[in-house]
Amino acid sequence: MIARVASMDHALLLACGGILVLLAIATAIGQVLRVTKPPSATIVNLNQRIYAWWIMCLVFGLTLVVGPTGSLVLFGLLSFLALREYVTLIKTRRADHHTLFWTFFAFTPLQYFLLGIKWTGFFIVIPVYAFLFIPAMMALAGDTTAFLERAAKIQWGLMICVYCMSYAPALLTLQIHHGFGPDAKLLLFLVIVCQLNDVLQYVYGKLFGKRKIAPNVSPNKTWEGFIGGALTATAIGAGIWWLTPFSPPGAAALAFMIALLGFAGGLVMSAIKRDRGVKDFGNLIQGHGGILDRMDSVIFAAPVFYHVVRFFYGL
Amino acid sequence: MNAHPLAGLIAGGARFVTGVNASWKEHRPEDRQTVFFANHSSHLDFAVLWASLPSHVRRTTRPVAAQDYWESGVRRWVAVDVFNAILVPRHGSAAPSSQRAAETIDRIAEDMGDAFSIIIFPEGTRGDGEEVAAFKSGLYHLCQRKPDLQLVPVYMENLNRILPKGQFLPVPFICRVNFGEPAAYAPGEDKAAFLERMRDALCALRSQ
Repeated sequence: MIARVASMDHALLLACGGILVLLAIATAIGQVLRVTKPPSATIVNLNQRIYAWWIMCLVFGLTLVVGPTGSLVLFGLLSFLALREYVTLIKTRRADHHTLFWTFFAFTPLQYFLLGIKWTGFFIVIPVYAFLFIPAMMALAGDTTAFLERAAKIQWGLMICVYCMSYAPALLTLQIHHGFGPDAKLLLFLVIVCQLNDVLQYVYGKLFGKRKIAPNVSPNKTWEGFIGGALTATAIGAGIWWLTPFSPPGAAALAFMIALLGFAGGLVMSAIKRDRGVKDFGNLIQGHGGILDRMDSVIFAAPVFYHVVRFFYGL
Repeated sequence: MNAHPLAGLIAGGARFVTGVNASWKEHRPEDRQTVFFANHSSHLDFAVLWASLPSHVRRTTRPVAAQDYWESGVRRWVAVDVFNAILVPRHGSAAPSSQRAAETIDRIAEDMGDAFSIIIFPEGTRGDGEEVAAFKSGLYHLCQRKPDLQLVPVYMENLNRILPKGQFLPVPFICRVNFGEPAAYAPGEDKAAFLERMRDALCALRSQ
């Protein structure tokens, strides 16, 4: 373990140090607010969120130290839990039982296994094979009620919770030129920009938010929050260009893209929650909600980020 | 008494698999002899309900299970040795003899003593998870014998989706266990009215 940490390069250590400093500052602010302001639900929630951030950073950091396998196992588990939150929320019928079993225990692990052995089949297993397998299984089960709807919902969940999510650890297998080997730093760049963008959109929204973007979907998403968050996240992305094979303008452009996609992910997931009449997908992460509530932006940003990086910087 | 170490493990496993989410009403049950009665749709029901109880309540809470199903082999070991279950004969719908029914209630009342709480599924068998069937009369007869019992309805959601009747492969869903306000038998209450009132209290806990 210590050898692993020692062998991590300076850029990676610097980024981890930066995250620790950021967490410490957030914790200090949270505690000052708790002591000086009258007690309120917002401050309690803020401190819960900061506490949960420590845990999330710790878990994420540890899996990075363990190596690619660590990240694969972590994201595999996140996919599994996200899919569980998703199917709990949608309506399924009894006849879907076997199809769901295969979705959870065959396609989900298979996706991460294929990534682990770096076989390019990971691009097509869910969009093609699962896509055909799911309706076939369901037809065999013999229940035709809302057939297409049920098949589409399961396929959609698999695409979002497993396929799109798996693009995040897939960054660890990406071959980049200029001697920038497959490396945890691309994943770190994606996660830092994505999550800071979420936090910043929330903070700017709370401070300056007035004009709602989609009031029917999410009352918390405002133009002020979106623009402030996206621009700051872009600046931060440009500021940590040294973590990546990108030039500073390239890093800024990619960070901006991540911010836009992250916003879209949050909006889509809000629409689903609104339709089903719930506030959060789950309550696994205190103060944040479920895995899908926290990962919605990464899920949308990861696949596009992967392909754009591969196109411009890949071998 | 201390719970069997495996019981804690099973409870932990049940919590992990179902991500169970227990919700209590404002008036929590008092710490005294209680009958937790729940809807029944899955083999996991007991373990999940038990795992949702506070640990000090868990230590003195025993399940009541059907003897014919849990009588032999591994099942018996799980039920009796691990969970300290009270096994009772189940009466088919074909003319239950009141003699035997009375013996069953005697047995439960005796095993409860004045310390143990119990978990029962008054529908008598696993349902489809959508409808709550009419209650068997055991709960009523038990209250005749022990009128001071605290009665807590517990509505369990999504367990039928994890492991529906007749399936043996589980699918993960997040479960909810909703504990209702404690109720009691009103002296002199008619059997049918009492059972209907209890069933209504249970159904009212559905979140949708």
